[in-house]
Amino acid sequence: MKRYSAFAVAREGLRYHTGWERAWRSPEPKRHYDVIIVGAGGHGLATAYYLGKNFGITNVAVIEKGWLGGGNTGRNTTIIRSNYLQDPSAAIYEKARSLYEGLSQDFNYNVMFSPRGVIMLAQTEHEVRGYKRTAHANALQGVTTEWIEPARVKELVPIINLEGPRYPVLGGLWQARGGTARHDAVAWGYARACSAMGMDIIQKCEVTNVRTEAGRVVGVDTTKGAIDCDKIGMVVAGNCSVLSQMAGFRLPVESVALQALVSEPIKPCMDVVVMANTVHGYMSQSDKGEMVIGGGTDGFNNYTQRGSFHHIEETVRALVETFPMVSRLKMLRQWGGIVDVTGDRSPLISKTPVEGCFVNAGWGTGGFKAIPGSGWAMAELMATGHSNLAEEFSMMRFKEGKFIDESVAAGVAH
Amino acid sequence: MLILECPYCGVHAEETELHGGGEAHLKRFGPGSSDDDFHDYLFMRENPRGVHLERWRHVNGCGKWFHAARCTQTLEVFATYSAQTTEPPQEVKDKISAKRPGWSWREFKG
Amino acid sequence: MSTRLAKQGRLIDRSKQVEFSFNGTKLKGFAGDTLASALLANDQMLVGRSFKYHRPRGLVASGSEEPNALVGLGVGDRFEPNQRATTTELFSGLSAVSQNHWPSLNYDIGELNSKFFSRFLTAGFYYKMFIHPRPLWKHVYEPFIRQSAGLGKAPNKELKDADTYEHFYFFADVLVIGGGVAGLQAAKTAAASGAKVLLLEEKSYWGGRTPVDGGTIEGLEAEAWVEKTLNELNAMDNVTIRNRTMASGVYDHGYVLGYERLTDHAPGQGGPRHRLWRIRASQVVTATGAIERPLSFAGNDVPGVMLAASMRDYLVNWGVTPGKKVVVATNNDDAYRTAIALHEAGVEIVRLVDARESGGGELADKARELGIRVECGRAIAKVKDGKRVTKVAICAQNGEGGAREEIEADAVAMSGGWSPVVHLWSHCGGKLIWDEAQAHFRPDPERAPTSHDGNAFVVTAGSASGPLSLSAVMADAAAAGAKAAEAAGRPAQSVAAVETSEVSEAPMEAVWFMPAKADIQLRMKTWLDYQNDVKVSDVQLAAREGYESVEHTKRYTTLGMATDQGKLSNINGLAVLADSLGAEIPQVGTTTFRPPYHPISMGAIGGEARGEIFQPLRKTPMYEWHDKNGADWEPVGHWRRPFTYLRPGESKHDAVNREVKNTRENLGLLDASTLGKLIVKGPDAGKFLDMLYTNMMSTLKPGKCRYGLMCSENGFLSDDGVVARIDDDTWLCHTTTGGADRIHAHMEEWLQTEWWDWKVYVANVTEQLAQVAVVGPNARKVLEKLNAQAGGGMDLSKEALGFMEWKDGEIGGFKARAYRISFSGELSYEIAVAASEGQAFWDALMEAGKEFGVMPYGTECLHILRAEKGFIMIGDETDGTVIPQDLGLHWALSKKKEDYIGKRAQQRSYMDNPERWQLVGLETVDGSVLPDGAYAVGQGVNANGQKNTIGRVTSTYYSANLDRGIAMGLVKHGPKRMGEVIDFPGLDGKIYKAKIVDPVFYDKEGEKQNV
Repeated sequence: MKRYSAFAVAREGLRYHTGWERAWRSPEPKRHYDVIIVGAGGHGLATAYYLGKNFGITNVAVIEKGWLGGGNTGRNTTIIRSNYLQDPSAAIYEKARSLYEGLSQDFNYNVMFSPRGVIMLAQTEHEVRGYKRTAHANALQGVTTEWIEPARVKELVPIINLEGPRYPVLGGLWQARGGTARHDAVAWGYARACSAMGMDIIQKCEVTNVRTEAGRVVGVDTTKGAIDCDKIGMVVAGNCSVLSQMAGFRLPVESVALQALVSEPIKPCMDVVVMANTVHGYMSQSDKGEMVIGGGTDGFNNYTQRGSFHHIEETVRALVETFPMVSRLKMLRQWGGIVDVTGDRSPLISKTPVEGCFVNAGWGTGGFKAIPGSGWAMAELMATGHSNLAEEFSMMRFKEGKFIDESVAAGVAH
Repeated sequence: MLILECPYCGVHAEETELHGGGEAHLKRFGPGSSDDDFHDYLFMRENPRGVHLERWRHVNGCGKWFHAARCTQTLEVFATYSAQTTEPPQEVKDKISAKRPGWSWREFKG
Repeated sequence: MSTRLAKQGRLIDRSKQVEFSFNGTKLKGFAGDTLASALLANDQMLVGRSFKYHRPRGLVASGSEEPNALVGLGVGDRFEPNQRATTTELFSGLSAVSQNHWPSLNYDIGELNSKFFSRFLTAGFYYKMFIHPRPLWKHVYEPFIRQSAGLGKAPNKELKDADTYEHFYFFADVLVIGGGVAGLQAAKTAAASGAKVLLLEEKSYWGGRTPVDGGTIEGLEAEAWVEKTLNELNAMDNVTIRNRTMASGVYDHGYVLGYERLTDHAPGQGGPRHRLWRIRASQVVTATGAIERPLSFAGNDVPGVMLAASMRDYLVNWGVTPGKKVVVATNNDDAYRTAIALHEAGVEIVRLVDARESGGGELADKARELGIRVECGRAIAKVKDGKRVTKVAICAQNGEGGAREEIEADAVAMSGGWSPVVHLWSHCGGKLIWDEAQAHFRPDPERAPTSHDGNAFVVTAGSASGPLSLSAVMADAAAAGAKAAEAAGRPAQSVAAVETSEVSEAPMEAVWFMPAKADIQLRMKTWLDYQNDVKVSDVQLAAREGYESVEHTKRYTTLGMATDQGKLSNINGLAVLADSLGAEIPQVGTTTFRPPYHPISMGAIGGEARGEIFQPLRKTPMYEWHDKNGADWEPVGHWRRPFTYLRPGESKHDAVNREVKNTRENLGLLDASTLGKLIVKGPDAGKFLDMLYTNMMSTLKPGKCRYGLMCSENGFLSDDGVVARIDDDTWLCHTTTGGADRIHAHMEEWLQTEWWDWKVYVANVTEQLAQVAVVGPNARKVLEKLNAQAGGGMDLSKEALGFMEWKDGEIGGFKARAYRISFSGELSYEIAVAASEGQAFWDALMEAGKEFGVMPYGTECLHILRAEKGFIMIGDETDGTVIPQDLGLHWALSKKKEDYIGKRAQQRSYMDNPERWQLVGLETVDGSVLPDGAYAVGQGVNANGQKNTIGRVTSTYYSANLDRGIAMGLVKHGPKRMGEVIDFPGLDGKIYKAKIVDPVFYDKEGEKQNV
């Protein structure tokens, strides 16, 4: 793999960019792999990457029904933060955040991780208390966050309206090292690095059956033929129930549409990410200038990647209230993704009833920020059978009643 | 922006009048049940891509709960029916079969 | 130069001059102009700068597909960035500024930079650069990149939008989108069936392109036919028509958004600026027309290069021409119309190059007859770079661009063929097929979007279906109107053929590069996406690097991601990608079409709900009194409750302490009306409440009250409150303020979906009643005084109304229900009166209470009083992860009942576990107040390196009565560790040491409430 650098760009510029090679190969599937990862989204590619990088397992195929990075990895609002309340969440999201910091250098592909800072606004007394609690928890978890007063919020977000009138801003939880990254580049960077390790990324290949023998996974049938494997990792977000059904088990998951939208690009006016949970809206400004805005989920199972417009209305209303100038911007595009939501809205990184079959799912509305940590933990679990980071995210927790509930601190999990 | 016909008041209710209530025909397990049964009742979900039986409430309308048979892939609504039943009535199954021959959902099929 | 001609301009009124300004210069146009046509009339060809390279850009199109002419419009609180000049109607005083340049539109530093760097700044540049060293991205690279972000300036951060917006509902049998001849015909046909028809047109004028293109319909010139048809439709009761209203998106089950621009053409005239139509249509007809494609030749972005049909629009509609010497380049016959029209208007057509070897049909013959020099099999090799067209190099189409002939010209009209507007068809899942003959994707009628009944609900009409000839358009439109009406349940009708006349056209020929084998030097100067500066070479590079999916190419190059969402660029880009991959275009496919069709204002999406009416505000009957008497409001759900009542000069802290002390020492009044009040009634009500509450409610005697807990089926505490048994089959359940609606819904859900054979009714009477907590040592005195004043009333003595009893009767002449319950540990009555009497009752209490030291108190005082008593608060001690057992509430968990909601869940291994944190009281060693939300640390770290915690603070206050901090918390093995001191690290860096104590801090024996 040729390295990317300013020198390479200069050299190619002089010869009309004819010398660039493919970022990833496009191979036909082999008959057998040690590990098959189903789903070439961020989480699946990251799992493959860390299997190779941390455990030397490179006889790996990543199988993708559509195009790599085309699911929720390419549809989210790119927020990265780790200011979670519960220990297991804080651990994996902080792992992810810290890996994001070095990701561009790690795989020589600029994912434009932008540690611009994330503010979660407190607009009720209840939220003030919830975020102060989170700040206390974060301090013990090794996550650097800070409770800030309204004046500091205004300093960081000049376009904000502190006064309400309905929900004045009472302060916020500030994570200076949170931020955003270029979502597509995360998938592409992982794909390029996996391909360079000799892994096969097989796009436009749909898994039609998961084959098991005596309670153990032995391979998959696909639209490109049967492929054998020793282990399989299901990392397909909204489609995880469909896949688990093929392997003969159910998941504590429901798939719903989550929406987002962007405004037309304008000159930079907001340098941080702001989340306002009382009014249900969050917004950041991309390096291209668009205001990137997250919406809510529909209340029904949905596989269409389309959502209902009243959620967009609610979100925009919230943002106009919080940032009055938004009123005179225009919505450029709205879209939806299918997110998989578990009973406690926290993810699954887990063994399954089928031996050799692992699942990574249930990231709901907050998966992008977790990608490197999720892949790291999943790879460790698949390679060694145990991962401290993944421990608490086992499917078994629902049987025991040991939930990881993040909604308790008013911090909606997106 | 779904429309579902409320089987109680007959209104073609739009989504903003409705509240989705998740998987239908769950059998409640209480004290005395096994851990597995209780767990499955509370957390395991069908979540099919295709025919789904689910609960809705006409919350900003007559307030009644009802059932819907709906496709999660096309959002087609095959039928809505009473909430006071533990299984889809034959006529509802027939309506689904007319559109999706060979369908099945949990223990029910066309 | 571009200029206004003396003749033509069917849309302008030359008798009405309109003054406007562009970049501060005063200019003049006519009523009926768009900002774009008025700028052209003033020879303002240069209108903006592109996103990446800051290339000088002019108008390319005449409609909403325009990618270049975006301006900042208006000033101050009416400023808006990125407004399209082509869709902005000119009005007097209009003020526009061009965007994305410094220091000025004409001289831009960014352009110089990108001229030097552009050969490096290809697709993927940022992914390959700025990787090392890491810290530079945040501090140097990104700030630098962000400087070049965006197009228009952000609106002023301190100003609130001066305009208002509104939402509007509409229901139609048939919604027709597009007021061109196809839309008019479809609407007319559908309306004839009696269907309720809504017809929307995004422009201010009707008829679409046809009045410009020519041809006759039913023997009339197009313009006359449009007027006649519009009059007919206007006269029909079942037809509603709106211009300036764009259908922005088609959503599931026939939901369509309309975006009506009411005052954009006349700002400040009053009324809402935009109206968002929420339309439900049984059937949708998209008569959205087609968009002309640019041709891909080097320099196709130089100002003065314009779509051929748009150039014709400017001429016919507004009487302006972008040039005096025009080169026309085409691969189809339609561009000949432009050549002919310009020629007839006195504009010189210096050359017409037709890429087809075989050339055109009747129109070509006519052009030649007029003396226009037509050359077939020829192409534009290059338009000379600059701020406007000066020279055009002509070459053979089937070559690499050599042997050029250079000719002088000041404008170029190009036509690469037409693509139907398929956006609205596609939004909700309509599929496309590739039409080889027209070289475009068109809707596949066999795979239409489907609605709730599984049937197709969108049908296309006219050129939106694919055909371009007038006869085919009209026939298709009539059929579409009839089909939609029938599908909407109207009787089928036979559709009469619409008589038309037009000229016949020769087939077009796909031309994706001009010339066909253009070399890399040319491809690097050939634009696909104007606004985002994506060139042919970028798409080829993406393909070479493996970004083969059309979505990868789009995202890697930003093709089609600009504010026009690729209306001009997508098909040309796809063709280049397919060519690079050696694939067929249909195999490559399209990217997803998403709403809105064109950007719509956030203001319109938000609608009326802003400021005070952002959300509904729930007010208790005493709301106004609180507001007048110093209430410091706290939002609680949609309610507002007084946090405390501030006296002049008083701090919040002082006010709360005053209330706390006064209530314990004298008399406090709390407006408790927001507490939920649910009546549960019926023969099975007792049985039902036994399932709902963890404790036994069926055994409660009429006249008595009992504190109850409710859990979710998952075992967690969800609500609490006092339940009163009213009579044999009636209970009244109090819920928390936030819980009323939720618990009511919870009850209905179980009753309707699980125990539907139980005979129980539930009614939420929260807002029917005003409820006042009369609290403190003087509580009985004030009530008895009221009774004395009224000459009688209910007996409120300890004997007649004991603790945890309730009674109906009169107090001070008010019909009232009195509950002897206490959330403060004081002598306390909660008294409910009719909501309509709430204020009068409150006034009476305040008046009579004067001699007893009455003061109202707010929610914070309420919290402190209950915390002093160790009473838990839902939302403080509970957070959705806490079970009653954690809070020492075992006494409230009935052992006698086999089942209650949550019981089975609480038997799971992690719930039935002594390691769970338990409720205790906490007292700091130094008397200070523990920080809210603090955690107690234990020894060491966990497997993930996080400090181990052994507890946390759930409530913490300064108690004025005890003059020290008091707190409650959940601590591991807490109740067994009384007296132990544990550490709570604060955010201020201090370690707060707190002793584990009993959670009841005040009046441990509970004597005060029993007097």
